[in-house]
Amino acid sequence: MNRADANLKLDRGEDGLEMEPELREAIGNFKSSVEAWSDAALSRPREATAPARSDRAWMTKWALGSLVFMATVSGAVYENHRQQDFAKAETARIAQQQQEMIAQRAKEEADLMARVDNDISREVPSALEPLASLMDENQGTGN
Amino acid sequence: MINATAEASAAQEFDSVVALHRAQIFRFLLASTRDVDLAETLTQDCFLKAHRNWASFRGESSVLTWLMRIAINLHKDHWRNRRLQFWRQTRTNAVDLDEASDWLPSGERTAEQRMLAKEQVAQMWVAVENLSERQRTVFLLRYVEELDLKEIADVTGMGEGTVKAHLSRALARVRKELGEKK
Repeated sequence: MNRADANLKLDRGEDGLEMEPELREAIGNFKSSVEAWSDAALSRPREATAPARSDRAWMTKWALGSLVFMATVSGAVYENHRQQDFAKAETARIAQQQQEMIAQRAKEEADLMARVDNDISREVPSALEPLASLMDENQGTGN
Repeated sequence: MINATAEASAAQEFDSVVALHRAQIFRFLLASTRDVDLAETLTQDCFLKAHRNWASFRGESSVLTWLMRIAINLHKDHWRNRRLQFWRQTRTNAVDLDEASDWLPSGERTAEQRMLAKEQVAQMWVAVENLSERQRTVFLLRYVEELDLKEIADVTGMGEGTVKAHLSRALARVRKELGEKK
């Protein structure tokens, strides 16, 4: 359909919508332009480019997929190593804490025993001192 | 034997449908997308879908109306998928508006008339681009494909009154755009 035909049909106003001549002309030119473009596109020689685009698209998808996979695996390995290192450090820290606690308790016990010995030695009544010296003598002879 | 004859007849019938309506479906999709490759792909998909469902087509609407409905749905699906898959490929092959307006029928026009017509077509592309999806569809079906209101209503699934309202708004916007460019 040429431009004149298009305008003729638009003139009828079948849809009851009014159009001024300038708008009608613009729409008629637009329609003719679309028709000319469409006819030219339909009659153009076809290029077999679709498979190549498809291959490229697949390669891109594979590359992206591989990247995502590698990133995920690397992340998981790194996280695993990090957790192992953290666990080792934590174990060492707990062991050290335990050793420190044992040493502390040993020191406290030793201090307590020393204090008790000291207290006991101080609390021997003076009336028993001859007996105490006798015990010292017995220890000295091995009896 | 009878089945084979019926199948051959149906295939022949469908061939004639393709020959009759392919250009119109392609033109509508080209005007909607401004992308020759995409319009070709969607046109092929449209006829493939129509072929698969040819046996179930009961002729309640015209073949063109039925094909246009399929084409519009494919176009909608395409853009919906593109929106969802925005990371895949953001560039489209749609030509820019200046390039689209290069196409003019070779008529008996002077150089000046051709230049003015080209400018007018460029403004029309901008105006059509700025319409909403529904307004654009209705506008193109009415003024490029010359479907009447009832056919547009059948194709789009809208009521005739709704079609007319969209068309009226589309015309008002196009009129405004053209007026502003002057």
